[in-house]
Amino acid sequence: MGLELYLDLLSQPCRAVYIFAKKNGIPFELRTVELLKGQHFSADFAQLNPLKKVPVLKDGDFTLTESVAILLYLTRKYKTPDHWYPQDLQARARVDEYLAWQHTALRRNCLRTLWHKLMLPVFMGEPVAAEMLAATLAELEGSLQLLEDKFLQNKAFFAGPHISLADLVAITELMHAVGAGCQVFEGRPKLAAWRQRVEAAVGAVLFQEAHEVILKVKDSPPADPTIKQKLMPSILALIQ
Amino acid sequence: MGLELYLDLLSQPCRAVYIFAKKNGIPFELRTVELLKGQQHSDAFVQVNPLRKVPALKDGDFTLAESVAILLYLSRKYKAPDHWYPQDLQAGARVDEYLAWQHTALRSSCSRAMWQKLLGPVLLGVQVPPETLASTLAELDRNLQLLEDKFLKDQAFLTGPHISVADLVAITELMHPVSAGCQVFKSRPKLAVWRQRVEAAVGEDLFQEAHAALMKAKDLPPLDLAMREKLKAAVQVLLQ
Repeated sequence: MGLELYLDLLSQPCRAVYIFAKKNGIPFELRTVELLKGQHFSADFAQLNPLKKVPVLKDGDFTLTESVAILLYLTRKYKTPDHWYPQDLQARARVDEYLAWQHTALRRNCLRTLWHKLMLPVFMGEPVAAEMLAATLAELEGSLQLLEDKFLQNKAFFAGPHISLADLVAITELMHAVGAGCQVFEGRPKLAAWRQRVEAAVGAVLFQEAHEVILKVKDSPPADPTIKQKLMPSILALIQ
Repeated sequence: MGLELYLDLLSQPCRAVYIFAKKNGIPFELRTVELLKGQQHSDAFVQVNPLRKVPALKDGDFTLAESVAILLYLSRKYKAPDHWYPQDLQAGARVDEYLAWQHTALRSSCSRAMWQKLLGPVLLGVQVPPETLASTLAELDRNLQLLEDKFLKDQAFLTGPHISVADLVAITELMHPVSAGCQVFKSRPKLAVWRQRVEAAVGEDLFQEAHAALMKAKDLPPLDLAMREKLKAAVQVLLQ
């Protein structure tokens, strides 16, 4: 059995891993784990990843969680072009800096935006207080500003003139907010121009393919009560 | 001007960077940024790190935020022994996996436990509701269990037979709730033994030195009113 990637393209980190593997022609078996059907709670999946999260990589006997770790593993094992994770000390540090910062910043904000604006009210039928949503959107704004001022500045991409893992992880996060109905690129020409560059570097077709699920999530039928009960605790923990 | 490290040893990630640099004989100027005096907001420091956080690194014109990025930069630039961040594909991936996981897991629990149990009461005169503290400590406990079951297992160190940056990042986190009076190691012999190994690998003197300020945190005087209000707003999220 070759490389297996356990993914749900609903999830931002899964999209980054998917795009990276496809873009670099890395051969893998796609194992879809449908989060909204609670498939990550199955006994089989828990065996694979006791943390019950995606993405997961399985390469023979070697199992790996955490999208950042998976992306780095893939760059090294498949010797992808240097620009994804540059050898240059400072350029690489810039990528590491973004990949570290984003966990508790943009990632958190985009996840909360999706759930507070769309998934909790529409999918779960749980209304969200206006102040809570406003606070979440304000935090997202803060992260977007940092993205422009600290990470992008006047460069083409986060680490310099070429696309890197940092851009891929960031764009897949921002598309989460877009899927929730937040026009994050409107009124932010710098970010919008960067997005065009990232899409062009990834390839429009692959980009669309990876984002089909998140862009249609607003049309999901409401969860049935069994699913809702199953998913609620872990979702509340995820977005706290 | 050579390498400068902007640190406050009250901060867990700062301790990891400090220990790593000292242990590896990396020459640096220590620039102390006293968080409890709000020095991270000074104009001078904002030039170094617009995120207004420690640790931060300045190497000539190059500035860098995020402890994980700083640790990796130092290990590469100063060619630290391989075990700190192994070249081996799978061993390296295990370190990456830990460094990614910890941001939203152990780090979060340890910060919250520290603020809710010690710093909130001592510095801010804030007592969080007992249910909140109980919930935070339960979450800490779950993360400690994951630390043992998913990462440490039957290995000497978190990611294999040798100490790595993962162990440094973890131990400095765990000392946070320890200093707040949480019996993190008393009820977990496996973790206690791992701690001894990490301290021995780092060196007792260096370990004590890095943690001196933290171990005296309980004797800190309460903050003046202005600072108290400012800090209360900043740590709001940690008190929940």
